[in-house]
This record gives sequence, C-alpha cells and structure tokens, in this order.
Amino acid sequence: MLKFLLRRLLTMLLTALCLTFIVFYLTNLPPNLEKVAKSELGARISDAEVESWLQKYGYDRPLLVRYGEWLGVAPGWTGEDQGVSIGRCFDRGADPAAASRYCGILQGRWGFSTVFKDHVGTIIGTRLTLTGILMFWVMVMMVPIALLIGILAGMREGSKLDRSLSTFSIITSATPEYVSGVVLIVVFTSSMVGLKWFKGTATSAMDGATFDNFFLPVLTVALYGIGYIARMTRASMTEVMTAQYIRTARLKGVSFRNVVVKHALRNALIAPFTVIMLQFPWLLNGVVITETLFNYKGFGWTLVSAAGNNDIQLLLGCSVVAVFVVLVTQLISDIGYVFLNPRIRIS
Amino acid sequence: MDPLTWTGSLSALNPVLFGLAALFALAVIVQIVSSLFLSDAAVAFGTDGVAIGPGGLYGASERAVRWLFLAIVALLVIYLVAGAILPRGPGGIIGAAARRFIPVGIALVVTFALSVTFKRKLGLYGKLFDSTIGMIGFAMVMFWVYTALFSDMIVANDVLSQIGQMKNKAPGTPVPDGTGWYLFGGDHLGRDVFSRMVKGSQIVIEIAPLATVFAFMVGITLGLPAGYYGGRLDTVLSFLANLILAFPVILLFYLLVTPEIVTTGLPQFMAVVLFLFPLIFLMVLLDSRFYVQPARRNLMIAAVVLIGGWLYLSLISTPDTRVSFLPQAIDLFDVPSNILIVFVSVVFVNSPTVFRIVRGITLDIKTRDYVSAAQTRGERPWYIMLWEILPNARGPLIVDFCLRIGYTTILLGTLGFFGLGLSPESPDWGSTINAGRKLLTIAPHPAIVPALALMSLVLGLNLLADGLREESLKD
Repeated sequence: MLKFLLRRLLTMLLTALCLTFIVFYLTNLPPNLEKVAKSELGARISDAEVESWLQKYGYDRPLLVRYGEWLGVAPGWTGEDQGVSIGRCFDRGADPAAASRYCGILQGRWGFSTVFKDHVGTIIGTRLTLTGILMFWVMVMMVPIALLIGILAGMREGSKLDRSLSTFSIITSATPEYVSGVVLIVVFTSSMVGLKWFKGTATSAMDGATFDNFFLPVLTVALYGIGYIARMTRASMTEVMTAQYIRTARLKGVSFRNVVVKHALRNALIAPFTVIMLQFPWLLNGVVITETLFNYKGFGWTLVSAAGNNDIQLLLGCSVVAVFVVLVTQLISDIGYVFLNPRIRIS
Repeated sequence: MDPLTWTGSLSALNPVLFGLAALFALAVIVQIVSSLFLSDAAVAFGTDGVAIGPGGLYGASERAVRWLFLAIVALLVIYLVAGAILPRGPGGIIGAAARRFIPVGIALVVTFALSVTFKRKLGLYGKLFDSTIGMIGFAMVMFWVYTALFSDMIVANDVLSQIGQMKNKAPGTPVPDGTGWYLFGGDHLGRDVFSRMVKGSQIVIEIAPLATVFAFMVGITLGLPAGYYGGRLDTVLSFLANLILAFPVILLFYLLVTPEIVTTGLPQFMAVVLFLFPLIFLMVLLDSRFYVQPARRNLMIAAVVLIGGWLYLSLISTPDTRVSFLPQAIDLFDVPSNILIVFVSVVFVNSPTVFRIVRGITLDIKTRDYVSAAQTRGERPWYIMLWEILPNARGPLIVDFCLRIGYTTILLGTLGFFGLGLSPESPDWGSTINAGRKLLTIAPHPAIVPALALMSLVLGLNLLADGLREESLKD
C-alpha cells in the first residue's frame, strides 16, 4: 500500500510539473509577451521597443530558467530600469540585497495580476472561497439526489420506475450547463413566462447567499452531474442486484426492502464513489460556465477573465489550482476505492 | 400582415392537447406509485383462470399510459401535417415551421420506411428498429442531419441580413416588407432566429461526427498497441493520456484557441500530427491484412498514400498561415483556419478518452482464446490487433462513438459560448446562445431556440447510444 501511494504521489508530482510547464510555455509564447509589453507601454510602440522592454524585464532569458524562477527553484532575476533596480522578488526601487533570492510558487509568491491589480495569491484565495461555497451546495444537492435516483432505478431493472428515472437521467446528462442555465433563467426569472421565483444573476450571492439568488446556479451545475452519477449508480446497483448472494437472501425470505438497504446498498455504492470523485474535473468545467452565465465572480469567472485578458500570472495560478484539484481527487478516488473494496489488493 | 400565433387556426385543439398531457402525467405517476406498493398481486385473470396481463390499478394505469401516449403523438402529428398543408397564416408558427421542414419530413419518412422494411437484412443498424428508445433517438439525430443537408431549402431568411425593426421581436412577427415572418422571432441585431438555428445545425453536423472519427482513429491507433504490448509503451502513452485528461477542458481551449497562440501556428502543427493518424491507421490496416499478397497490397497502399496524402496535405495547408506549402493549384479545399483550429482542439480533447477505452477493451480481449489461436498460427501483432481484437471490440466502440458525438457537440457549444474560435457572426448554436444570453429576461427566444436545438441533438445521440447498447447486448 505504501509503495503504491508513493508511486502515485510521484506520478502526480510529475504530471503537475508537466502540466504547469505546458501552461507556462503556452502563456509565454512570443505573441503573448508582446501583448504584455504593449499593454504596459501602449499599443503603438515599435518592435524594437517591445524587444528592449522584454529584455529589461527578463523575458528574453531561456524558458526553462523562467519556469524555474516562477516555480521557485531558480533565483529571481534582477535588473535596472532608468537607474532604478527592478527584479522579480522585490518592489520597484527596493534594495535587491534585502529581498529573498527565490520567489516562486513554492515560496508562496504567486505573482501579480495585471487585470485585478492585486496579488494572485489573495485573488485566488477569495475567489476560491466563493466557488467553494457553490461547490458545497452543489454537492449537498447533487450527491443524495443522484444516489437516490440511481438506487431506485437500479433495484428493479426494467420496471416503470426504472424507465422514468432513467429517462430523466439521460435527459439531464444530455443537457450541458449553458443550455440548462439558459432554460432555467427563462422559466424562473423572465417576465415572459411570468414565474419570477428566483434571481437571474448570482452577483448578490457573493455577499450573502440566499435561496432565491443561489438556487439556480447550484441547480444548473448539479443537474448535469445528477444524470451522470445516477446512471453509474444504476448500473452498479443492477449488477449487484443480480448477484448470487442477493438471490440467496431473497430465497431465504429476507424482505425486498431489507435486501436493498442492508445487503445491496453497500456494495452498490463503491462505484459511484469513484465516479463522484472523478466528476470533479467536469464540475470545474460546469462551474466556469455557470459562473460566467450567472455572473458569480468565483474561481471559474476569474479563470475566464484571466485567459481573456492575457493575465499571465493569474492564469498560471488558476491552472495550478485546477490541476491540483483534479490530481488530488484522482488520488482520493484511487485510495478510497481500495479501502471500500477489500477485494482489490495492491501489491 | 398579422403576427402569427403558435398554433394558428388549430388552436381549438390546444385544450385537448393540454388535457391529454395532464392525464398522461397523472397516469404515469399512478403507474409508478402503484408499481411500488402493489407489485406482484396485480395480475388479472381471464374466465378460464389464465393470467392475461397486469390487472388492478397498475394494469389500468399501464393501458392508460399507452393509449394516452399514442393519442398525444397522433395529435402532434395532426398539428404538424395540418400546419404544413394549411396556407401559411392559419397554420400558425408551428404549421409554418413544419412547412419549411417538409423536405426533412419526407426524407425521414423514406428513411424509416426503408429501414423498417429491410431491418432483418441490415445487421446492428436494422436491430435498432426493434427498440423504441433507439428509434426515437435515431429520428432526432436524423432530423438534424437532414436539416443540415437541406438547410439551404429550409432557411426562410438570410442568416446575416439584419432588419432594424425586427430587433428582439417575438416569434411570429411579420417582416416589414411583407415577404414572410420571423418564425422564432428576431435576435438582438434583428436577424432571423429560425434560419440561424437551421444554419447552425450545419456547422455542428459537419464538424462533430468528423472530429469524433478523427479522435477514434488516434485513440485506436495508439490504444491497441498500448493494450496489446503493455510494458513501457503503455506506461508512456497512458501517462500522456492522463496528462491531457487532467487538464481542465476550458483552460485548454483558452490556451489553444486564442488569437495569439493561433499566430504562432501551434494548433496547425497539432493538426499536422493528429491528422496523420487516419492515414497511418488505414495503411497498417491494409498492410496487416494483405501482406501475403504483395502485389495487391502495394496497389492499395499506393492508392491510400496518393489519395489520402493529397487530402491530408490539402487539409492542413492553408494559405497565409504558418503551414502553407501546397501550391494553390493543387490545393483541393481550404478549411477556414478558425474552423480547423476548433476541429483540432476538439479532436485533441477527445482522443485520450478514446485511447483509454480502446486500451481497456484490448487488455480484456487479448486474453481470449481466439487471440491465442491467432498467435499460435503465427499471425503478426498488427494483424491480431486490427483484424482479431478490433472487430470484437466494435460493440462498445459504436456505442461510445454515438455518445462521443454528443459530447463533441457539447464541446463545440462550449467553445461558441465562450466566443472562442468561431467568428461571432457565425450561426452555430454555442455562439448564438452566447449572444442571446445577455438579454435573457427581455427576449429569451434568441438563446432558448438554439439551446433546445443543441439539447435535442445531444439527447437524440444519447438515446441512440442507449438503444444500440441494448440491442448489441442481446446477441
């Protein structure tokens, strides 16, 4: 087990390094840097000016070195601009000797966002909290509903209940967030339908989430996941219900209710656990769409505005967080699966 | 001209429809609830004591559900057919739309008539017509395929022409010059929502299946050897696949499709690599089968290299970009570079998942006896992979293919929703939803029409996949 864990952690670390390097490479391509220079100095500067600006601010050095600096394993660059010392690790004009030599992600220095004019670390902290609230309510809503639907549908395969619930889960898993969000907004907030039950934006939910400004975004993210998890739970439940030991229990005279609750349920819930964990990357996707649609300024919204405005440091920070979330949930799902299913032994 | 109502002169039928729908919902609920509580006892017996079917409340509700469903379908058909036959005014919006969709209707009826007649001779495709779910899904998918095919006949107005007075007008508003109506209303620039929806289907139907085919080619060409050989090759390829899968899709799209990245030519270099896989796949496929007949094999491979190579070069070479080496004269077609980039990124996102599926199936199948038999016979590895393992993996792969087209459609919509790749004027569904979402509370129709269109296509594909899975599991 320990060896397995160690190998998984090493793979994870390697994956994270590769992914952040790819993002770093893609965001630091010459046209992007040129855009940065132009946004600093004005759009009408000549190519030579761009060149000298990039040189002055350390962008002309090899990509790997800059990646190392960003990561915090290579010493940060220092330079001079009109007689004032500048560098990666200290404010303009400060004494280079007093500043720390390394400043990167590992030292907790995430850089400075050009769009929000703030430290990336603080931006991501606040935005992530907002998204965390959203995700919490999504989970509270999605997991019980999805499991209930899947179990009810799977306990009697082919019954009318199964047919109806399966149809429902197929429909929800065929509805991406930007469709269900639009439909929900039109039905529940517009004057055309007339049911003005909820608010069409969740901007006010950032200060205080209430039922009428937060229900629609939560429902939008949850719906897509409900369909998928319910289908997986149903598949797992039907498989368990045809197992020998269930038939034995039934023949022994255990009531159907007891067979489902006491015998089938535990085994049927192993697979959905993995599915729910692996659903996180997808939820991240849904969160980005939903936050954009409902104007809820959380992590997803920040990612979109960073990417749209060529805010390199913020985009890098966002991708670190996203990649981290994905990898950690993968790890949890692997470990949890081993714990839940004693039949699996990892050498 | 007067504005159209939804059902026109057929509105007398509306209360009947609503009544039937309410009864139908009630019957379904009664059936579900009664199936929970009176499960086994509800069997009706004939006079001779033989069980003739479900009886009691459950049986009654089951019969009610069946007949009410048929009645509702019949009523909907009346709406459509009568609307298509009636002149445009009295038919209402639904009638007028049905009239525009007449070519699609004819094509659908012909397809279904032919398929149902010959269904026993058509293999898995024919078996699809044994499952109701599969047929419904197939009908929804084919509806959009035929719509894309006949889109030039169906569109009522030009998709780009703007009429100032028609901004955000409700569905059924007549055009000021009296030539017709905006059936589903006008959008924020005064363009026809109906025609844009129809034209939008063309973009999806052109890109999604083809991109999925390419993703499958990449996934199969890499997944088969990874599963069959295992070892270091498998480790490296799986690591790469997991790497791409761990990327949040939207971040990847933003990184690949932004104009700055496009000017560096990176997506095009990816196209150069990814589009090579179908060629490799075809060549290996033919070579492994016909290597005992060198003359025939050489001829076939030469044909693939010539025709496929030409298509490949025409596809990747686009004038005025980083990858343009083919002279204009022999360049068969020019894919607009933004479409190409969207295509590449969708293929890139999809192929790792296909790789994982193919690899998993290969790992399972390679332990079968017929594979050992082939190995004992002395067949070469690629022959075993492509002619023994792949045909036996076709069931799950066909099902996944349908699902994946749906997923690709969703991805295309996502790209459009974030305004990536496709031009903002393009009538594709994602971009239209994106343009319409800002005015949702005032004028919902510009966003809701393409949203429902996209949903119906994806739902159709999912139902089709479900039907196929059910039927392929039967044998």
